[in-house]
Amino acid sequence: MAFETFADFLNMGGHGLYVWLSYGLGLLTIALCIYLPVIQGRETRRTLRRRIQRESIKS
Amino acid sequence: MASSWLPRWFYQLASPRWCYSITGKLIPWFAATGGLLFLVGLIWGLAFAPSDYQQGNSFRIIYLHVPTAILAQSFYMMMAIAGAIGLIWKMKVADMVAKSVAPLGAALAVLALATGAIWGKPTWGSWWVWDARLTSMLVLLFLYLGVMALNSAIESETTAAKSTAVLALVGLVNIPIIKYSVEWWNTLHQPATFKLTEKPAMPAEMWIPLLVMVIALYLLFGLAMMLRLRNEILRRERRAGWVKELLGS
Repeated sequence: MAFETFADFLNMGGHGLYVWLSYGLGLLTIALCIYLPVIQGRETRRTLRRRIQRESIKS
Repeated sequence: MASSWLPRWFYQLASPRWCYSITGKLIPWFAATGGLLFLVGLIWGLAFAPSDYQQGNSFRIIYLHVPTAILAQSFYMMMAIAGAIGLIWKMKVADMVAKSVAPLGAALAVLALATGAIWGKPTWGSWWVWDARLTSMLVLLFLYLGVMALNSAIESETTAAKSTAVLALVGLVNIPIIKYSVEWWNTLHQPATFKLTEKPAMPAEMWIPLLVMVIALYLLFGLAMMLRLRNEILRRERRAGWVKELLGS
């Protein structure tokens, strides 16, 4: 461990704001990059499924 | 008939159906190993790696900044190469790969620039300087945005893919400029941490977690890319028999 206490860890030797701001942004961006295509995929599949069902009723 | 000197998997890659099924099998592995390595690298880098003797703990931003900067550049190369393959062999899947990579590359470039700015404030005393490395990285972001804008502005999928491939290939000239900017010009930016020919200048307990983070982000953004690619395949192949079969049941 590079830190004595948890408060030291949060403080990051006075650079806490910079470090945690970077990591906050990073985690948010990475999560969105994975989560957004997942919900888009669900939406695409739902729409396509509906279209296929409609077509099979017509024919 | 197409020449047969290319390996078989190259032709399999050309099949949207094959790509859809292989990425479906790879995704859980990328998610599991990428997630695990990310957690390991994150905790290691934030809590266990020693602090820098000059920069103190703000140095820990490196574990996010360097991987995102590396990935932003290699995703650009991937986009340009996929675009070139699409141009040369008229491979639809390659066009879809190029299209799926672009927004992720843009996000990575934003992240590299943002973490760099946040790191620059305590280290150089400024959020931004018009330095060769920073400026060429900003150009990379604009290239990504240009590719995305051009792609969405053209109605026909094939014409859009061709135009964006050409733009991406022209922009490829920026990649060596980013890489050598710290050597060609006087710059505030420190030189590269990882070089192919030399051992890193920092001690192992600092660069091993960095390597872990680089691999983790490759896996996680590879995962994101495959997710986007699958959506694109479904959308473009919606009239194909195999898609109807897959979703109809």
